Amino acid sequence: MQIIQKRKIFYIISLLIIVPGIVSLLFQGLNQGIDFKGGSILHVKMADSVTSAQVRTVLTEFNLDRSEVQRSGNEFYIRTEVLSQESTNEIMQGLRDKLGEVTFLSSDTVGATIGSELTRNAFMALGIAAVLMLLYITVRFEWTFGVAAILAILHNVLVVLGVFSIMQWEINSAFIAAILTVIGYSINDSIVIFDRVRENMKKTRRQDYEELLNKSITQTLNRSINTVLTSAFTLMALLILGGSTIQFFVAAMLVGFVVGAYSSIFIASPLWYEIKKAV
Amino acid sequence: MRAKSSIIIVAMLAALGLLANFTYQPILDTIKLGLDLRGGLRVVLQAQESEGEKVTDDTIQKAVGIIRERVDSLGVKETTLYPQGDDRVVIEIAGEDDPEAAVNILKNTAQLEFWDEQGNVLLTGKNLKDAQARVRSSDQQGEVLLDFDSEGAKLFAAATAANVGKPLYIVIDQEIISAPTVKTAINDGSAVIEGSFTAKEANDLAILLRSGALPVSFEIMEKRSIGPTLGSESLDKSIKAGIVGLIAVLLFMIGFYRLPGLVADLSLLLYAVIVLGTMSLIGAVLTLPGIAGFALSIGMAVDANVIIYERLKEELRLGKTLRAAIDAGFRRAFWTIFDANVTTLITAMVLMYFGTGPIKGFAVTLSIGIIASLAVALTFTRYMLLLLANLSNNEKLYGV
Repeated sequence: MQIIQKRKIFYIISLLIIVPGIVSLLFQGLNQGIDFKGGSILHVKMADSVTSAQVRTVLTEFNLDRSEVQRSGNEFYIRTEVLSQESTNEIMQGLRDKLGEVTFLSSDTVGATIGSELTRNAFMALGIAAVLMLLYITVRFEWTFGVAAILAILHNVLVVLGVFSIMQWEINSAFIAAILTVIGYSINDSIVIFDRVRENMKKTRRQDYEELLNKSITQTLNRSINTVLTSAFTLMALLILGGSTIQFFVAAMLVGFVVGAYSSIFIASPLWYEIKKAV
Repeated sequence: MRAKSSIIIVAMLAALGLLANFTYQPILDTIKLGLDLRGGLRVVLQAQESEGEKVTDDTIQKAVGIIRERVDSLGVKETTLYPQGDDRVVIEIAGEDDPEAAVNILKNTAQLEFWDEQGNVLLTGKNLKDAQARVRSSDQQGEVLLDFDSEGAKLFAAATAANVGKPLYIVIDQEIISAPTVKTAINDGSAVIEGSFTAKEANDLAILLRSGALPVSFEIMEKRSIGPTLGSESLDKSIKAGIVGLIAVLLFMIGFYRLPGLVADLSLLLYAVIVLGTMSLIGAVLTLPGIAGFALSIGMAVDANVIIYERLKEELRLGKTLRAAIDAGFRRAFWTIFDANVTTLITAMVLMYFGTGPIKGFAVTLSIGIIASLAVALTFTRYMLLLLANLSNNEKLYGV
């Protein structure tokens, strides 16, 4: 496989996603859920015939005109400003009076102050994980591998954030966990390839990095594909059958997983090549 | 050699079967489910720093102790309490019909004060020795009997003596509960709060006063409530999804790797027992993201096998004998798997440190899974493959 020779193509493909992603992040940002900006979500189940418009009408009576109502099947997500327990109970009662039977599924309330903390923690977690991995890879391999792997991680984070910004998918704290997991797995993929590079490097005296990398990628390709497949099986099953609560978590994970597998082959390895050539 | 290997294989399979069969039910019974899977309420309380009083670790520890005492005496069922960060307390309630009401009572500061007409504080709940609720026989209303310690008795005597004919305000958390007019100085160190309480309210108040005031007041910063319907629905759905995903993985492994694939599947079974067993033993909580973490870690456990088998195939193609190929395959694959898993474990650990609630559950499950998969691959999988190699040298069985 001529992956290193064709690396410019892969750089361009990644840039085609990352650049619009960054533009979108700068101009419209991310669709932050209540975990970040504070507020309440009420999640209820109602009769099949109930429409979002009817729910909105009821909300107007409670001066909650600016609330968002999202319907998925016969379940409704009602996003409002921070609600007290009393107001939540009143709204539940109001819905019952006007629209018949209402089953309480869940409610979340998050104060506005917690959001900045969540963002700070996410960046801290990301930073600490990156430093620890860089250290580990430097000790076990060579710093060049570490730098390439971290750059690939940055690439993955930018792609996932960019896609979520462009699509305006809502992000919450589970999203951060998903991103971190994806980082763990994409570095796992890179390590398996780098491990083979390390091994092949010892075997040959003449170091033709282009050939070395192509060979290593090819040798580990079966593993890369099979591992993505088996992980995708379980993730797809959860996405389709796992219920609405966990859907976004799994979706973020799946997007990140595919990106991670792609980047370990088409980004991390070529980047290592660039670094190795430069030093 | 062949006969001996066959016997060992059969014995191992039987042992594995028995293990799975006998641990299955106890694990299901003992594993702790998170609130998102069984329904419940999780509240994060934030200490409100008042002027001149810094919230310290000590303050929070004290508050947790007091709230715990309240939980016990109020009889709130299945409650978990722990401090979070420097200035927060997390309360999780699983077994209550109206957890909201329980939290509203628990989080009361319950700062008792006696004021005179000018609003001077004459006496506080610090000097309280005991508080008991009782029901007035005249109108079935509740009231709370206060009993002061010796210093409190002196202060109360002085307070009543100075205010004869004037009202004395009984204030809880800056709210006037009752304002009786003092008829005569009271020297026996006891008083009665006669607000308009029901018997239950009087009882709750007595418990709050007995447990003492919280050293600082708390506001609800985050509240997540999961109805029982959604909890059990999520549990059913995610288990079903997990089983479907697992079967897909099992079939794929046999289809792609043949005989070793079957060994991988058996390894997965052992792996599942170990992970879930460990979780129930150490009392780890299984959350919804935790189930996702478990599903993912199955992918990870398979990955160890995939790396080994790919290596095994390579070694076989180089013309090695099956036994030599298995040895070389494992030796080479070990460090690959080790390095790859350590890096993933690093992320899981960081997540465990920074995450809260369900996310922490996810990180715990993932970490246990990573370690277990490494252990199973290097012991069980390896031994089984070597035993099978004694039975047959047919490389077709290895998909080469």
